[in-house]
Amino acid sequence: MSRKKNTAVTEKDPVEIIDAIVRKHSVDRGATIPILQEIQQTFGYIAPEAITRISDLTGIPESEIYSIATFYAQFRLQPVGKYIISVCHGTACHLAGAEKISDAFEHATGAKAGGTSEDGLFTLEKVACLGCCSLAPVVNFNNETHARVTADKAQALVKAARAAAAKEKSPKGESQHGKQEV
Amino acid sequence: MENKKYKVRVGLSTCGIAAGAGKTYDEIVPLLAACGITPEKTGCMGMCYCEPLVEVIDSEGKSYVYGNVTADKAARIVEEHIKGGHPVTELLVLGTDAETEHAPFIAKQHRVLLKHLGKINPESIDSYLEVGGYEALTKVLGSMTPEEVIAEIGAAGLRGRGGAGFPTHLKWKYTREAAGEQKYIVCNADEGDPGAFMDRSLLESNPHSVLEGMIIAGYAIGATAGYVYCRAEYPLAIRNLRTAIAAAGERGYLGKNILGSGFDFSVQIREGAGAFVCGEETALLMSIEGKRGMPRFRPPYPAQKGLFGRPTCINNVETLANVPYIIREGAASYSRLGTENSKGTKVFALAGKVKRGGLVEIPMGLTINEIVFDIGGGISTGKKFKAVQTGGPSGGCIPASLGDTPVDYDSLKAIGAIMGSGGMLIMDEDTCMVDVARYFLTFTCDESCGKCTFCRTGTKKMLEILNRITEGKGTESDLDLLEDLAKQVMAGSLCGLGQTAPNPVLTTLRYFRDEYLAHVRDKRCPAKVCKALIHYLIHPEACVACGACRRNCPVGAITGAKQTPHVINQDLCIRCGLCLNSCKFNAIEVASGAPEPQEA
Ligand SMILES: Cc1cc2nc3c(=O)[nH]c(=O)nc-3n(C[C@H](O)[C@H](O)[C@H](O)COP(=O)(O)O)c2cc1C
Ligand code: FES
Repeated sequence: MSRKKNTAVTEKDPVEIIDAIVRKHSVDRGATIPILQEIQQTFGYIAPEAITRISDLTGIPESEIYSIATFYAQFRLQPVGKYIISVCHGTACHLAGAEKISDAFEHATGAKAGGTSEDGLFTLEKVACLGCCSLAPVVNFNNETHARVTADKAQALVKAARAAAAKEKSPKGESQHGKQEV
Repeated sequence: MENKKYKVRVGLSTCGIAAGAGKTYDEIVPLLAACGITPEKTGCMGMCYCEPLVEVIDSEGKSYVYGNVTADKAARIVEEHIKGGHPVTELLVLGTDAETEHAPFIAKQHRVLLKHLGKINPESIDSYLEVGGYEALTKVLGSMTPEEVIAEIGAAGLRGRGGAGFPTHLKWKYTREAAGEQKYIVCNADEGDPGAFMDRSLLESNPHSVLEGMIIAGYAIGATAGYVYCRAEYPLAIRNLRTAIAAAGERGYLGKNILGSGFDFSVQIREGAGAFVCGEETALLMSIEGKRGMPRFRPPYPAQKGLFGRPTCINNVETLANVPYIIREGAASYSRLGTENSKGTKVFALAGKVKRGGLVEIPMGLTINEIVFDIGGGISTGKKFKAVQTGGPSGGCIPASLGDTPVDYDSLKAIGAIMGSGGMLIMDEDTCMVDVARYFLTFTCDESCGKCTFCRTGTKKMLEILNRITEGKGTESDLDLLEDLAKQVMAGSLCGLGQTAPNPVLTTLRYFRDEYLAHVRDKRCPAKVCKALIHYLIHPEACVACGACRRNCPVGAITGAKQTPHVINQDLCIRCGLCLNSCKFNAIEVASGAPEPQEA
């Protein structure tokens, strides 16, 4: 299950991409975090091979890169699903029932919070405050922020995503990535 | 043909987009194009509760703000107002001549920083220039020495808005006076407090105001470079700031020899990586340097030895956004607002169980009740106002009985809470205060960087106790243990995270002890929130056996056939509440107390 976040990059050699990213940041001081961020953005997660490569190029020990990657909640060391669902568990969302929303997504996707569903479709996360607290509970579903989410809406979102994924898989399927950047 | 009769603006900040403003915009663009109008994109007016917002301005300058404008309503506004000339009164939330129920939300505020939010186009520097943008910077570089700038900020009485309330001019003075060629100014846009979104809105909706403040600060302290450390959860804020930096560079407000003054200044953005502790200034600097964000001992203060070992001044987004206003309008005009020791206005992010949640800017010294009722319109659920939480995980829960407390640095401190960065969460009777304390402790325990034993292990132990209490396994002596541990954690932690983490526990223990006692003595959760202390019941006389709950139950705990009232199997029930939501006949009740063990 080595699903890549951005399928457009798979044709290129991953090592080349990593090299380009590291080179781009080489002029900045303290660029380890921006490098890891860009690698994650490109591949969806940070693979062990990527860490080795960064270490080779920058001279920063692998152990230090690991220590940074594990300190910050943003970094994922495991591959992610096709759809990333981040349920806000900030204070306003907690008060508005974020726990129930997470439960609803767990049941609908089969993924546990912090994990990926067996079919590789959904990664479920809990995050702190997405900054739309007046519209709680808030969920970021594949880069689209949804306000006043209910358990029903959660189920509907998952259902729609499943249908879209199935359509893509079928031979006549349309091309993918119809999602909007916010 | 261009239509000069009407101007139309659509709010496209994150909260607007979450509420569907993107679709509204896509819908309205072609409709307006047919009338010869190109709508302007704008940011957040702060009326987040009724997003998406669309404003129509007529040729006389009269404004009509429409709320909850989902895509389907956009057509109606174009048809009736733009084409027909008749405002759609039903959808109006604010208007020059209109008396709406929403009007007090804005009328009772005093908007200095938020004045142009939702009016100007955040992606356009010209839009900012039209409202007096960069006048302050021009004034500073043309006619003021750095010392004069610092004195002016001092005279205004500006205190840091990041939480601690430290006088801004002193920080600037110390950094200016520190020895060293290279100095830095860092804008703290980490906004890690869950429930706070003031900084996000400022950056998204008026990024140039923050940038201008930062350039002036750079000039005052003698820095030639600045960093904005913004949390990655705010992609739109980062994007708009990036656009602003590029535009300011093109117009000569950033870069080499700014406005011909000989002053050089550049700004870089660094994205946070999801660590709350990185909002703490020394941890933030570590993070920019590419390390684990662990706070370090002070002194040396960042003003002496900060980023890459150089003198550094760290200021919050809102602090910096105040600067252009103070310089432009003068210190006296600023210090007229607020109280003796808390000058100016403060922006709050009002959320929770309040009718009108959003951005609220008030002169310091207004009372909690004025904010909750006059501005916020009271409690959204129709239930009783129970408490307000300020300052996020570092702050406290203030009971409704103290609603007359003025909101300023000192008054809030006196009652055990803090002003914090501006998050203000309103709670009603359905909020369990033990659960709130447990929630915050879960957060701080998770976010502790692990450096100090008391913060790392102490918060964990406190959380274990709170978990026990919410599960109905706590004892009265646990409450004393909590208080004792709280004091130790506060005393034994290096940075503000640990020093303030016990605040939510201490304030809830102080003001809501009864609720703790109900959990430990009677094994009851009065607000019916704690899962282990409630159960769901179906009232047979009200149940029409429609089967909705049965179909919705994710664990198959509900049984019943056609025309037979349904029953919940308490052993299987996970108390998720989906059945309650699905029942259209009010037949399901949340009952207090753990469920009785079931007969086989
Ligand atoms: C755990 C912790 C988190 C903090 N988070 C933030 C934050 O998100 N934003 C912020 O401006 N200040 C935050 N602060 C306060 C900063 O350390 C610092 O005091 C502030 O940025 C200084 O700016 P000011 O003087 O303009 O308020 C935090 C402090 C602590 C201890
Ligand atoms: S608490 Fe969820 S968006 Fe702020």
